[in-house]
Amino acid sequence: MDFLRPASWEEALAAKAEHPTAVPIAGGTDVMVEINFDHRRPEYLMDLNRIGDLSEWEVGEDSVRLGASVPYSQIMESLRAELPGLALASHTVASPQIRNRGGVGGNLGTASPAGDAHPALLAAGAEVEAESVRGTRLIPIDEFYQGVKRNALAPDELIRAVHIKKADGPQQFSKVGTRNAMVIAVCAFGLALHPQTRTVRTGIGSAAPTPIRARAAEEFLNAALEEGGFWDNGKIITPSVARQFADLCSAACNPIDDVRGTASYRRHAVGVMARRTLTWTWESYRGTAARTEGVA
Amino acid sequence: MPTNGAPTKITQGSRTKGGIGESTLRPDGTLKVTGEFAYSSDMWHEDMLWGQILRSTVAHAEIVSIDTSEALATPGVYAVMTYDDLPTEVKNYGLEIQDTPVLAHGKVRHHGEPVAIVAADHPETARRAAAKIKVDYRELPVITDEASATAPDAILVHENRDDHHIGHVPHPNIVHRQPIVRGDVGAARERADVIVEGEYTFGMQDQAFLGPESGLAVPDEDGGVHLYIATQWLHSDLRQIAPVLGLPESKVRMTLAGVGGAFGGREDLSMQIHACLLALRTGKPVKIVYNRFESFFGHVHRHPAKLHYEHGATKDGKLTHVKCRIVLDGGAYASASPAVVGNAASLGIGPYVVDDVEIEALALYTNNPPCGAMRGFGAVQACFAYEAQMDKVAGQLGLDPVEFRRLNAMEQGTIMPTGQPVDSPAPVAELLRRVKAMPMPPEREWESSEGVDVRQLPGGLSNTTHGEGVVRGVGYAVGIKNVGFSEGFDDYSTARVRMEVVGGEPVATVHTAMAEVGQGGVTVHAQIARTELGVTQVTIHPADTQVGSAGSTSASRQTYVTGGAVKNACELVREKVLDLGRRKFGPYHPAWATAELLLEGGKVVTDGGEVLAGLVDVLEDEAVEVEEEWRHRPTEAFDLRTGQGNGHVQYSFAAHRAVVEVDTELGLVKVIELACAQDVGKALNPLSVIGQIQGGTTQGLGVAVMEEIVVDPKTAKVKNPSFTDYLIPTILDTPTIPVDVLELADDHAPYGLRGVGEAPTLSSTPAVLAAIRKATGLELNRTPVRPEHLTGT
Repeated sequence: MDFLRPASWEEALAAKAEHPTAVPIAGGTDVMVEINFDHRRPEYLMDLNRIGDLSEWEVGEDSVRLGASVPYSQIMESLRAELPGLALASHTVASPQIRNRGGVGGNLGTASPAGDAHPALLAAGAEVEAESVRGTRLIPIDEFYQGVKRNALAPDELIRAVHIKKADGPQQFSKVGTRNAMVIAVCAFGLALHPQTRTVRTGIGSAAPTPIRARAAEEFLNAALEEGGFWDNGKIITPSVARQFADLCSAACNPIDDVRGTASYRRHAVGVMARRTLTWTWESYRGTAARTEGVA
Repeated sequence: MPTNGAPTKITQGSRTKGGIGESTLRPDGTLKVTGEFAYSSDMWHEDMLWGQILRSTVAHAEIVSIDTSEALATPGVYAVMTYDDLPTEVKNYGLEIQDTPVLAHGKVRHHGEPVAIVAADHPETARRAAAKIKVDYRELPVITDEASATAPDAILVHENRDDHHIGHVPHPNIVHRQPIVRGDVGAARERADVIVEGEYTFGMQDQAFLGPESGLAVPDEDGGVHLYIATQWLHSDLRQIAPVLGLPESKVRMTLAGVGGAFGGREDLSMQIHACLLALRTGKPVKIVYNRFESFFGHVHRHPAKLHYEHGATKDGKLTHVKCRIVLDGGAYASASPAVVGNAASLGIGPYVVDDVEIEALALYTNNPPCGAMRGFGAVQACFAYEAQMDKVAGQLGLDPVEFRRLNAMEQGTIMPTGQPVDSPAPVAELLRRVKAMPMPPEREWESSEGVDVRQLPGGLSNTTHGEGVVRGVGYAVGIKNVGFSEGFDDYSTARVRMEVVGGEPVATVHTAMAEVGQGGVTVHAQIARTELGVTQVTIHPADTQVGSAGSTSASRQTYVTGGAVKNACELVREKVLDLGRRKFGPYHPAWATAELLLEGGKVVTDGGEVLAGLVDVLEDEAVEVEEEWRHRPTEAFDLRTGQGNGHVQYSFAAHRAVVEVDTELGLVKVIELACAQDVGKALNPLSVIGQIQGGTTQGLGVAVMEEIVVDPKTAKVKNPSFTDYLIPTILDTPTIPVDVLELADDHAPYGLRGVGEAPTLSSTPAVLAAIRKATGLELNRTPVRPEHLTGT
């Protein structure tokens, strides 16, 4: 295995163009596990840790440009207001040591359905900034996940950053695991209210071959909220609407039975999380909840 | 209710600092928490090679052929060995039954069985070379449970058994079967007002010690080998290793290396023989270190079990009878299965008074992973089931579950189902009373003016509930565990103690072969030496086979038995020192002849406190040394038909109260508190005692809500051999564990002490299950409980 250590982003792009099989490594959360377990023996390993600007972020007018290597601990600390859903998801990533090293770029690169960031990115709305020597493109997050551990990157492309819409309303993230910390998701759910566009967006993790949105559920809820004038009158969402939303989220799942959980449990749990996160975000939108975000 | 027993009184050494009863700190403590402790995997030797084991990829198959040529031709490879390369006629090993092949011969019987071994100059070279060995398997049907093991056409996991159990087992795929029959269950059943039956399942738990199997074998110039190894019992390893190597035991020298936890998982051999074989073959030091994945295949696990119980009781809450049948899955090799069967049977009804009993326990041979020793050893599985039954019976009678237990609690003088009287304090009712009397943790602690603290809720930081669906439940359980090796086993320990003057101070050296696996034995040995010899300076010699056996660090026995051996050897040294003093100074002071003499603070004193001489002056340049074996009182085998016999040395009791909060919609559990009360006879080191109780409690919690090795019933292959998918509790899963320690002396034991390490592992699991049942109203006949069980999905 050859170890490449580009000193700059340009060098990294050139190296990736020359060696498209090179596997980029930053925090190493996924890559080192695969290497240690001998599931993967890449010809080239490309260390991106010398490229400082991958660990930086910019808060723009409408979105945050988050460097691929910004560690989860930094997101929790510094971007809670702008990216509340992702900050909550970051809390659930592994252990403090891993949160200090791992970043969203790794989650996107691996594109595992169990990656903790995905539901939050899907719910918030995001674009992946992919770059190669051929140029830069922004891949909408909805088009990024292509299959089990497959993403939309070309072989010569690297993830430089992800552009995430700044929260314009309450966001929530929930994840089910069989222990209370340091656990891979059995399933996960992200929800973001977008009062500016009067829409809601969802994200579901670990309950389908890829991270997905529950589009029928979103459409149902958008229509129900619009119809009842909820965005304006701030009324409590009726239990039947919440239940139907939850049922549609469950129905969006296409889960499997595995050692972490059964398909039917995953479907059930996604419904429960959908209903609860809808309640929390809506209460927060109505301004009645003291703080429903959860503190830790 | 008055409780028998009283605390131990100590005279000798009571005025010397750092003796028994003090919470002296562990010498390895700081090193371990700062990451500086040298574990067996950290060893290095100049010019050493790395060993690698090739393991079977299938559970049950005939080996058609093995081709090692490509592996041997790999540059950097020094040796490749298979069954055909074993040097002597002894090709199997085992704790009790020598049924485990050093390397597979003609057949593999479980997933991950060692087939070939490789030594190379780099671990990666060794690994790749092992991967180049071609093994042609012809797969056989797998035996995975009682039905497939005892089917009329079942393949025998072991053909031609000639072990001492084959004569009394009903089928050759049953390792050992132990019935216990006492009284007349048929007649007793007539007296019962309620009869409650239950069928229970206990999942396969792993010891999950943090330091994987590892060791270093260094060839000696005399043709022997020196093995530095992390193990639980050096001399047991030695007895199994030497014959395979064709060496006398004197030429296999063993030194204990840093052990990263054990919990029973290091009672069986792992890489010991393989490293020695490769070292002797290549003439070079060979190191083997398993990674986590391999570790899951490299040691035995806790027996999964199916248990069927019938309890009867009268309206006024007295048990009439218990019938039970406990089927343990021993997996492919015997390991400690026979002894686990003996424990499950003899402790099968729990710490209760029941005169009419029919018990049957057995262990199967299957193609599942081999199972053997783990903390609690057969008593854990039974406790999970009988405590569930006790709650069910109490429910049927409309009695409080604690009250019902107290009505039936055993006490000193109770006769066990084996006919053995309990002849030391058995404060079962008192432990229950104490644990129930502890203050309850406050409700809804997640609520604060700041909002919701999700860490206090089921799901924790995963943010699954802010209180929705959360229901509290409280459950109780109590258990009984034997201490020491039972059923007539000659369970002795050896200690060598030396006293001499070093640098102008009297110093005691304690040399035993006890494996320090994290239990704190080295701390306790120093405390005993201080108390018995009245000195402050104690050196603990590294554990090795240059001294006699210390038995196993298991069965909660080391403080009792090796501690007892150290105490005994110290007493003999003390007598010799006093004799020396009498010879030197007797003529100058009458007290040497008339008073009771003690050693305190480096001096010989009378029991009245008068100083007669300094130890420095008594000893001068003489060293006093004693090496002696020490035995607890003997035990008997259980009768093979009736199970009668004084089989156990001592019993240990703990009770738990679990407070859990369950997210009933998502099926997630947060254990809020696990209070424990335990009788320890005498706490030699109170801090270590608390540590043992909290650790055992947590291990019991693990198998209640998350820990399970999942084996595919179709292929008998392990599905989750990693810490990614075999979950053990993190600190956020570990509740507050208030501990109430009772010290009622057992007059048969050194200092009146009672083995501590295992009892808390028993009652923790059923207490958590009882609390979850209370919160959910579900029956929950299986552990660990998974979210899908709680949500019916």
